[in-house]
Amino acid sequence: MTAQLQFRNLTLGYDRHPAVHHLDGAVQLGSLTAVIGPNGAGKSTLFKGVVGVIKPLAGRIERNGVRPQDIAYLPQVNEIDRSFPISVYDMVAMGLWRGKGLFGGIGPRDRDTVESAIAAVGLTGFEPRAIGTLSGGQMQRMLFARLLLQDARVIVLDEPFNAIDAKTCADLLELVRRWHSEQRTVLAAMHDLEMVKANFPESLLLAREPVAWGATADVLTPENMLKARRMCEAFDEQAEACVVAA
Amino acid sequence: MLYDLFIAPFADFEFMRRALVGSFALALGAAPIGVFLMLRRMSLIGDAMAHAILPGAAIGFMVAGLSLFAMAGGGLIAGFVVAVGAGLIARSTQLKEDASLAAFFLISLALGVTIVSVKGTNVDLLHFLFGSVLAVDDPTLLLIVGITSVSLVILALIWRPLVLECVDPGFLRSVSRAGGPAHIAFLALVVMNLVGGFQALGTLLAVGIMMLPAVISRFWARDITGMIGTAIGCAAVSGYAGLLVSYHFNLPSGPAIILVAGAIYAVSVVCGPVGGLIWLALPQRHLEA
Repeated sequence: MTAQLQFRNLTLGYDRHPAVHHLDGAVQLGSLTAVIGPNGAGKSTLFKGVVGVIKPLAGRIERNGVRPQDIAYLPQVNEIDRSFPISVYDMVAMGLWRGKGLFGGIGPRDRDTVESAIAAVGLTGFEPRAIGTLSGGQMQRMLFARLLLQDARVIVLDEPFNAIDAKTCADLLELVRRWHSEQRTVLAAMHDLEMVKANFPESLLLAREPVAWGATADVLTPENMLKARRMCEAFDEQAEACVVAA
Repeated sequence: MLYDLFIAPFADFEFMRRALVGSFALALGAAPIGVFLMLRRMSLIGDAMAHAILPGAAIGFMVAGLSLFAMAGGGLIAGFVVAVGAGLIARSTQLKEDASLAAFFLISLALGVTIVSVKGTNVDLLHFLFGSVLAVDDPTLLLIVGITSVSLVILALIWRPLVLECVDPGFLRSVSRAGGPAHIAFLALVVMNLVGGFQALGTLLAVGIMMLPAVISRFWARDITGMIGTAIGCAAVSGYAGLLVSYHFNLPSGPAIILVAGAIYAVSVVCGPVGGLIWLALPQRHLEA
């Protein structure tokens, strides 16, 4: 087994306060891992660290040769300006950025790729619509189409199924399974434990520090969940500098 | 008759022709930039920038008199310092762009006024504020046209990151590092076009030819390409019609140009096909799906 992502004594946080504390471990190549934990457990922070948006306070992340900007990332709170006059088609086509860069032209074959990604998320016919006219679920479908085009080895999804109806969830989960079968490494922050048990072979239970990591059935025990809840949400304004060896 | 009204002023007088070419060039360069400013909710940034340029131009004037090079150079330097400084601080601290820009332009303005008053020179502020499109000479025209050409080329180069940074900055950050440089280049374009515009229209009205056509375009087009086309067209028509109005009624040319744009704005708010007020008043049946 090769590690796609290796965390070495990783501490991530804001203003010196750790949100992820001394995380060690590896995400295996081609694994499908759910990251679970209460609010404030550090799930989003971990993902931001993985894709390089924030720098580690201590420790490091090894990415097995994948550059941070080659990781496809779906943030939890996206900064999309929905009033911007841009069509669904153009928005999805942005997923080709890695191959096209600033100046690359989009040819007939690329157009087919874009169309098939839009079809794969069930948005055929929506291409000319302005993004401001989409519902929340359609928006998420569009973002998944863009992820499809990014064709990344590592895909990081931050709470992708929040406020999404059952049908859309099922359709998007199908894409996640497809990525898994294509040997891509997928990390997803999740809250719906039933969905995790049904679809994610591996889980990482996080409560700022890792509580459990491994096969989903071993991780999602009542004892672990209780432990995670207790460990979370202890923010101390007067906290001393951490003495654990870095 | 029509010839006398619409063409003769330009056929008969060279200064009118120059003014027309100058305003067309300004329209081509400034209007697309205005559209991006509006889409990034930075409509008032142009105004702040114009204030930031003013002290630089005033210092240039004090040092070298009414020299195009000194005034444009001073304006460019002051504008770049403010734009780049504010942009860098916005990106590396928790301050938002507008807040850091406000801080910078106020400091620049105060500094400029202080320098001017300490030096005790009686600067002709009216020229800075309102310019004179009818007094555009060859070097000024070349400067304006040059700025427009450079603007269009740079805009083409940074088009993708600029659009993406408006609509989804988080995604741009995750796929590319082009966002920062593109943003700085864009702010530089704002400064350059204001400096070009203030030679003809003065600092205050240069913002007008940048922003009014952009705001108008929102009422006529749904996508960004259409908006930019509309904005350029509006700015050019305002320039042409404004010059005619100023010629026939003996009005100052800069304000006439902006007032024509203002009139188009008023019409657009009421009648514009994209969200004009008139469509709210007209009862329309809803569609089936």
